[in-house]
Formats: sequence, C-alpha cells, structure tokens
Amino acid sequence: MGFKSKGEKAFSMIVTFCAMFIFWVLLSAWIIYIPQHYDLIEISKGIICALIVTLISHELLVSKRGEKVLLKTLRLIPYLGWELWQIVLATFDVAYRVIHPKMPIDPRIIEFETTLRSDFALTTLANSITLTPGTITILVKPETGKFWVHALAEKPADALLVDKTMQRKVAHVYMEE
Amino acid sequence: MQGVDIIATVFMAGGAFFMITGAAGLLRFPDFYTRLHATGKCDTLGEVLIIVGCMIYQGWSFLTLKLLFLSLFIFIVNPTGTHAIMKAAYVTGLKPWKKGEARR
Repeated sequence: MGFKSKGEKAFSMIVTFCAMFIFWVLLSAWIIYIPQHYDLIEISKGIICALIVTLISHELLVSKRGEKVLLKTLRLIPYLGWELWQIVLATFDVAYRVIHPKMPIDPRIIEFETTLRSDFALTTLANSITLTPGTITILVKPETGKFWVHALAEKPADALLVDKTMQRKVAHVYMEE
Repeated sequence: MQGVDIIATVFMAGGAFFMITGAAGLLRFPDFYTRLHATGKCDTLGEVLIIVGCMIYQGWSFLTLKLLFLSLFIFIVNPTGTHAIMKAAYVTGLKPWKKGEARR
C-alpha cells in the first residue's frame, strides 16, 4: 500500500478529508442548519474530527490512484440493484427452507476459480456470495482467485459452478475478465 | 391511520417475519454451518426492512439519511461477520453436516 510520490499522498489525504467532512456534515446537519446553532465552534469540531480520521486512515480509502474509477463506479450501480433483488430472493429461499416441514437442505462445500485479483473485486464477490441464495464464502485465495463456498443445497451451488452469472457480473464491473 | 403508516407497518411486519424465520432456522437446522445460513441472510433483510419501515414512518429528514447509512453498513458488515465466523469454524476443522446424517 505504498505511495509513489508525495503528490499521491496529498491527493489521498485531501480526498479522505473531504469525504470525512461531508460525512460529518450529513450526520450532524441539524447543528448547521438551525440558525441559532450556527457557529464556527461546532464546525471546527467537525474539521478537527475529520483531520484526526484523515491522519490515521487516509491510506485505507484511497490506496493508490486507480484506473477508470468513475467508469467502475458507474458500472457498480446497476450491479447493486441486481444484488439487492438477489438478496430478497435469497431470503425468501432460506425462509422457505426453514419453514418447510421436511427441511429440503443438502449442504455441501464447493470450490471454483475466478479471474478476479484485486482486493475490491474479491471483497465484492465474497460479500455478494454470502448475501445471495444459500451460499456463504468460507475461504478466498487472492493469488489464484480461488473460492471455497458452503452451499445450502444443490441449486444454489449450481448457480455458482455452472451459470457463473455473479462472477461474470463482478468481472464486468471491475474489468478483470 | 394514514397510508404512510400502513406502508411503514407492512415493511416492519415483513422485517419482523424474517427475523422470526431466522431465529426458527437457527433452532431447526442441523449443524453450525447451516445455522449460519439462517442467521446471516434472514437477519440482513429483516433488519433492513425494519429500518426502511422506520424511514417511511419518520418522513423525509436528515434522520432518513442516517438510517440509510445504517442499512448500508448492515449490508456490508453482516456478510463479513458471517464469513469470519464460518472461516473460523472451517479452519479449526469442524466437519459439515451431510444429507442423511443424524442431527447433532
């Protein structure tokens, strides 16, 4: 997570500071917008807090200047919508298996490899797998993009092994096909 | 009772239903891994539905934004926590339950 130059460090610090300060304003906006509460002391409290967070953790938010960040973010939005719908389906699926008197479950552990390598892509896929129908990520090997997944039944396992819809969608978002 | 209240109540009731289903799954499923399935998924949607119900009931204000942040946080943290617990069990060598075995 090293920085190549001072310029990149300054860039990451400024981005982190702006993000943290906007976040603070959003969370404590009533202080600023109610007229009699408006004063510099309240705002300077926010600036100090944002500065402290920036000094501690600016490397976490912007590790290096990525390529095509805007395009990836734009591609992420439809993916999140699809993911939200998958979460609803997943929950109904699990609820059905819980309520059904015979409990139609057939748990198994499956392994598969993906083309993903970057931290963000692997994290997105791992969290998506955990949230969607009947599957939970157990282990991830970042070097080979290998996933170990616990599946609740055969159908959700096939969705990852045969169809690979989710892998293709995540690879499309992060352009790592 | 206004229309907004009814919509909010429907969302909160759905959330409560999924939370109860998650709890039932925790009790009914046969082993550690499958129980995590019940809590990891049903609780995520249950909590978020309850939060959405609160957002609709409250009306548009800065509280809505805070609740939105809260639900986003749950969407990221809940699968991560589930994954961490499951990895711990897998690494320490807990054998998963197979179909046809007796309940533990």
